[in-house]
Amino acid sequence: MTSVLHIALEVDGAGQHPAAHLVEPHTTFATPAARPGVTPDAHRLRTVVAAAENAGVTFVTFDDSLVPVAGRDPHRVDAVTRAAFAAPLTSRIGLVPLVHPAVTEPFHLASQLAALDHASTGRSGWLVGAGAVPGARAALDRPVADGQDLADETADVVTVVRDLWDSWDDDAVIRDTATGRYIDRDRLHYVDFASGGDGPAASPALRSAPDGRRAPFTVKGPLIVPRGPQGQSVVVGRAGAVPGELLDIALVSSLGQAQGTGAPLVLVDVAVTLDTDTATGAQRLEALDRSAAHTPDAVVFTGSAAGLVALLTSLRGVVDGVRILPSVIDDDVPVLVRDVLPALRVARALPTPRPGATLRDTLGLPRPTSRFAATA
Amino acid sequence: MSDDRYPNAHVHLGVFFQGVNHSTIWTDPASGSQIDFETFRQVAQTAERGLFDAFFLGEGLRLREQNGLLHDLDVVGRPDAITQLAALAAVTTHIGLAATQNVTYNDPADLARRLASLHALSGGRAAWNIVTTDNAWTGENFRRGGWLDHSQRYERAGEFVEAAQAIWDGFGRSVSYTGSTVDLRVSPTVALSDHPVLFQAGDSPDGRDFAARHAEVIFSAHGTDYDDALAFADDVRARTVRAGRPEDDLKILPGTQFILAATGAEAREKAHWVKEQQVTPATALSLLGQVWGEDLSSYDPDGPLPAHDPRIELVGETRGSARHGADPRALARAWRERAEAENLSIRQLVLAQDRQRGFVGSVDSVADELVRWVRGGASHGFNITPWLVPTGLDDVVDHLVPALQERGAYRDAYTSTSLREHLGLRAPVPHRGALVDA
Ligand SMILES: Cc1cc2nc3c(=O)[nH]c(=O)nc-3n(C[C@H](O)[C@H](O)[C@H](O)COP(=O)(O)O)c2cc1C
Repeated sequence: MTSVLHIALEVDGAGQHPAAHLVEPHTTFATPAARPGVTPDAHRLRTVVAAAENAGVTFVTFDDSLVPVAGRDPHRVDAVTRAAFAAPLTSRIGLVPLVHPAVTEPFHLASQLAALDHASTGRSGWLVGAGAVPGARAALDRPVADGQDLADETADVVTVVRDLWDSWDDDAVIRDTATGRYIDRDRLHYVDFASGGDGPAASPALRSAPDGRRAPFTVKGPLIVPRGPQGQSVVVGRAGAVPGELLDIALVSSLGQAQGTGAPLVLVDVAVTLDTDTATGAQRLEALDRSAAHTPDAVVFTGSAAGLVALLTSLRGVVDGVRILPSVIDDDVPVLVRDVLPALRVARALPTPRPGATLRDTLGLPRPTSRFAATA
Repeated sequence: MSDDRYPNAHVHLGVFFQGVNHSTIWTDPASGSQIDFETFRQVAQTAERGLFDAFFLGEGLRLREQNGLLHDLDVVGRPDAITQLAALAAVTTHIGLAATQNVTYNDPADLARRLASLHALSGGRAAWNIVTTDNAWTGENFRRGGWLDHSQRYERAGEFVEAAQAIWDGFGRSVSYTGSTVDLRVSPTVALSDHPVLFQAGDSPDGRDFAARHAEVIFSAHGTDYDDALAFADDVRARTVRAGRPEDDLKILPGTQFILAATGAEAREKAHWVKEQQVTPATALSLLGQVWGEDLSSYDPDGPLPAHDPRIELVGETRGSARHGADPRALARAWRERAEAENLSIRQLVLAQDRQRGFVGSVDSVADELVRWVRGGASHGFNITPWLVPTGLDDVVDHLVPALQERGAYRDAYTSTSLREHLGLRAPVPHRGALVDA
């Protein structure tokens, strides 16, 4: 275990409590700027991510779903698009959108994350979506895997996405003026991936296949995007939903799950509702729960900033970090950045990214060598 | 210019980044990284400084091959378009952001959502350049494989667009769409008050009819010869009216390049130099190989053309580039005859055959010519492919744009932050009632 504690922050929407969007927005995150063309979505994204970066958060995650999730704010901008928008506005923080492996085409997924890695100069990650997506089948007009089929398909998609990220050697672009060759084609690789699964593979048969069963697929490659600065984006996934050896970071929802994930790093999710100037965390949570009952799949912390600092400090050396799930961004993030993260900085509990560091650098993860690169 | 059909027309400019063909000179010392974000930022910000309507990204969902091998002579590799444009949205404020996106290998619910997301975050600056690449070779990268027959490509495009529009309008409801190639039911997640602007690129009669029915801007390939462009524009206007829309509902921005210098003679000299940089010896052999349908890279570019005819059964192996199918034997014979008559080597012949594209001249003469185009009805503007990246737009912005402004044919400032308004477009087609005019 590293001695620093990585703090990640989920920044989706108004917050992680299902009643968060019912709380009247009341901070600078919510004030639409006077500048023309700057939408409230864009303003919120800019200010929340900037606050997290300035406070020393290692990476932010962007939750997402193709279709609205019952009981939550139905308005939600695509996560990769949000992360990309934040990329040139930041310089140190990691940007980790959720993309669901059973929903998004694997080839598009790999291209999008590789583009995000270039746009962020190596600060991209992929939060692997997990769980069934009700409504996806009807939206996509093809079967969407569920249960064990989804687990198997997820492993296949993570594998092929990593293959595609490796399909360009780092030095594939040679720009050899003598021969007129822009690339050395021997340094690009067809991945020729074939998934498992036994349903019908291609439309039109695909359209009438039963839902929940995985439909096998193949991907030829190479990727259309050159290898990114990190080689591979940081792959973050829920322990149990993705085999640990395919992950860079396993997310767990309790300390009991932190051992034996098989992933290089383990972060525990902590759902926080903090005391603010006007109400205690407990009062706030009670009010929120009255609007919409909620049992987070995470360690739950409700209370003062000092109490959270004590909890986080006690987790140093136990896990590699925590991902904070703020109940209401407008209430909890200001307290986090004003009172919680500075205390951790003072205690030297937070990593200090060097200028130009990639997310892998900050996390202390090695840069993967390409599985296809010739060993020279 | 008393016979101008559109005497008050302005020139609209876009920039297309980047051509996946030999138009981009990567051998020049000033040619920057073709993948670093900074390069894209510089081009987009230069275009915005020049008050352009839009910044465009192309798309190819499989790397080009020739004779079964990855094509290695041109720029290879580019970012995912919507992802890159979302990043550019954060560092620009007015310019439109157009993503080329294919309808065969995207899911309407997913693509409509991503375009809506770009539109929402950019404050109304998104556009979708609709392309129909449908071949099974590209399909090898996707779950559905080569599932769509070529004849159905525009049927799919039409249904896809209608489904996307329903999704863009359907926030807060459940949207369903049923056609022969699209069948979906989804609750949209992005609230929009306007639609991304719809561009179309594709030149067949079916492509033009699709544009006349659905698109708002055509990204055409008619950007060199005035009469050819006017004939295209008149054809498109007629199709648009037949589709029940006013003729100016569909704007035309031909792809083109500008080669500018202080005088016409200098510009022609520069054009010659540019072409020599574009058609390297290896590229000359590659272009010849496309006609012959075989790998001719071992030939001497300074030597004579192959003595044998193309082997017909091998032609058609060039993948992922838009080469229109003339009879290769006839073409090869014509090329050989010309080379013999004029005593040309392979490279000289290819250079001679490679028609000068775009506009070459002094700033003033090109500005006059562009004004003639838009006022005569040959196009509404131009989509420029710079042959040098990222600096290739500088002289356009620093010299040509002011010359157009002097002629009263170019905006002096942005008057809006919406791409739809930059282009002078009406409300999205599905939003109009019985009345078509805005
Ligand atoms: C100027 C121009 C630019 C184009 N750019 C692209 C592109 O970047 N990606 C792509 O897949 N198709 C592109 N195409 C479109 C495809 O060539 C088109 O979808 C396909 O050829 C089928 O259309 P058609 O049969 O009507 O020509 C472009 C077409 C034109 C005219």
